[in-house]
Amino acid sequence: MIEFTIDGVAVEAEEGSTVLPVALEHGFEIPHLCYHDEVSPYGACRLCLVEVERGGRRRLTASCTYPVLEGVQVFTDTEKVQRARRMIIELLLARCPDRVALQELASQMGVEKPRFELLQEECILCGLCERVCREVVGANAISFFSRGYKREMGPPFRDPQACIACGACVYVCPVDCIKMEETEEERTIVRWERTLPMRKCTACGRSFAPWYQLEYIKQRAKIPKDFLDICPDCRG
Amino acid sequence: MKVTGCHGFCERGPLLVINPQKLFYQKVQVEDVPEILSETIEKGNVIDRLLYVDPTTGEKIVHEDEVPFYKLQKRIIFGSNGSIDPTSIGDYIAIGGYSALVKALLGMSPEEIIESVKRSGLRGRGGGGFPAGLKWETCRNAPGDPKYVICNADEGDPGAYMDRSLLEGNPHSVLEGMLIGAYAIGSHQGYVFVRKEYPLAVQNLRIALQQAEEYGLLGEDILGTGFDFSVRINRGGGAFVCGESSALMASLEGQPGEPRPKHIHTVISGLYDKPTNLNNVETWANVPLIIDKGDQWYAQIGTEGSKGTKIFSLVGKVNNTGLVEVPMGITLREIVYDIGGGIPGGKKFKAVQTGGPSGGCIPESLLDIPVDFDRLTEVGSMMGSGGMIVMDENTCMVDVAKYFINFLRDESCGKCTSCREGNQRMYEVLNDITEGRGKTGDVELLEELGWVVAEASLCALGGTAPNPVLSTIKYFREEYEAHIEEKRCPAGVCKALIQYTIDAELCTACGRCRKACPSDAISGAKKVPHKIDQEKCIKCGMCIESCKFDAVKVH
Repeated sequence: MIEFTIDGVAVEAEEGSTVLPVALEHGFEIPHLCYHDEVSPYGACRLCLVEVERGGRRRLTASCTYPVLEGVQVFTDTEKVQRARRMIIELLLARCPDRVALQELASQMGVEKPRFELLQEECILCGLCERVCREVVGANAISFFSRGYKREMGPPFRDPQACIACGACVYVCPVDCIKMEETEEERTIVRWERTLPMRKCTACGRSFAPWYQLEYIKQRAKIPKDFLDICPDCRG
Repeated sequence: MKVTGCHGFCERGPLLVINPQKLFYQKVQVEDVPEILSETIEKGNVIDRLLYVDPTTGEKIVHEDEVPFYKLQKRIIFGSNGSIDPTSIGDYIAIGGYSALVKALLGMSPEEIIESVKRSGLRGRGGGGFPAGLKWETCRNAPGDPKYVICNADEGDPGAYMDRSLLEGNPHSVLEGMLIGAYAIGSHQGYVFVRKEYPLAVQNLRIALQQAEEYGLLGEDILGTGFDFSVRINRGGGAFVCGESSALMASLEGQPGEPRPKHIHTVISGLYDKPTNLNNVETWANVPLIIDKGDQWYAQIGTEGSKGTKIFSLVGKVNNTGLVEVPMGITLREIVYDIGGGIPGGKKFKAVQTGGPSGGCIPESLLDIPVDFDRLTEVGSMMGSGGMIVMDENTCMVDVAKYFINFLRDESCGKCTSCREGNQRMYEVLNDITEGRGKTGDVELLEELGWVVAEASLCALGGTAPNPVLSTIKYFREEYEAHIEEKRCPAGVCKALIQYTIDAELCTACGRCRKACPSDAISGAKKVPHKIDQEKCIKCGMCIESCKFDAVKVH
């Protein structure tokens, strides 16, 4: 076990972990958008900045990617930390002024109106959707493209052919910008412009998942061919 | 007769040096060749018109080493460029090449080499300035196998080309450095990550690798010592950020070129999560010298904290543009005035920017600071990889900051909110200021943004990106204020804030400006002083360029 301190409190964590989950577990409040404990940390949003003192040197760093190290001192709420986080949320809010999650975070931090020209973007480019799609689902259907201020998230070459419309990205998006629409006949992931027909349960007749997603699961999970012909409800 | 690599004095190229006299001809054209052969080579006569004229004294200079541009330089790394054919390993060996490798492999243990490099005080030339010997030692001691060495040749700073010239002009010196380093570290596989935009560097390096292999200096059982080492060339796809070590390694692995956190250093866990020692082209090129001539000799050159020499690409508003290699500790003033020959057209010096796009602008008052890693950082700039851009009084510092931030907002990988959004917003504020929409408080907003971009971003690109803004605010704040409060560009650069007029007293009605004007904004006739129609004027500055009588004025 690794021992270190957070705001003066001694904590223990397993080697290989990073600071943010340990801090959250111990009840420290650190705002974050691009972190999710089911996928690897990425450090894009920079909201989870903390100050870390190690070897006499103290600096700001993203706590989601900072490894737990013996003897370091972590400070989650210094003036510097607050100052940096406030500007980060102001920048994000100026980019995506309509996102409720950002508005709430901003107002908690005392940021009301961004001082910059408001853009009408929806995505904060945190990359959670991409990590879930790659690491959890394994479909690799979306990725970042372009760089700098032109960076975007979406299907490679704007062709969503690898998307199985499972909706994991919809579920994980911290600012709710990936929408899903579903009818009896088809499901659409609006942001990626992916529409797939639904499969109907051979027992009850109701549609329950896009056929491509079921094929994908069958292939990956090596389950009997007809196992997914029946919906989870009918399967019992 | 040899075609060599770059001699450094770009301003005067193509250059021809005739040895052993070191006769120096400049701006040589194809038409001059027959005369050079018949007059100089056969009869030993000097051709006057091909000689270099010292602009300050008006004196003609016959020999290469008397040219002021070269006199103050200490060309221990770069000097060989002028005497060898880069595609000939024989040439390199003839000037003592690969003797350091022989000495290292046959006479020194890896630990001895590392100690020697540590004692030499060599610091990384790519920008970070990390002690090279220490890096090698950490990599050698790091658990994990295999270990990799990388040569970073992804030189992307606008206007910087020293690494390119080294690879093009003396690729074996870089390779020899890598071989010694690999032996010391315990690595058998090296990579050279070189920009795709440098085809000649790639070509000459490829030839060098092939020749070294034929000579038994690369591959298996090098010099019969049992040491194996091979090198692969990887070409970068044009992303500036891939010059950052972890982004470079990601790119080598076939991943997107994005930096990753280096809380665990790349010497411990780098390429494919294995211990990886990355150094820049120039750093590697220093190594053979240290081994060959000894670390004591090397450590005599330079300052307390920065040893050896540094190659700078001296460009911008300076008479002698080119590549200069100077001992650490030389002052900026000596580089700009004594080597660079001062500012063209008798204009006043304003600032010198060191360290590439994310370096800072250093004002006249600090021209006497010695050039070393720590001093440059102290004054808000950096050594970087060695870019050096001189600016004169006609340069607008707000415009300069905008130019570099424009470059960086484009070249940021876009991962960190602070760097992606922050640089973009700094650009917008700067753009507003230069276009007359600046507001009170903008300078403070830039300072606030700059702080966050530098402090909150992951890699060195974000960490240093605000330098051009923060340093120009620090040293030229009044220029920002003139733009914002008085809607005036003191240097006469920002189009929205200037007006061109013609002084009727000085105008001779020659008609030059009228003909030069692309938007027909100038009226006048013979003997009638000319006038500029402000409605039509697009502020291109063609009139001021064309006027021989200083009659066109900028306000």
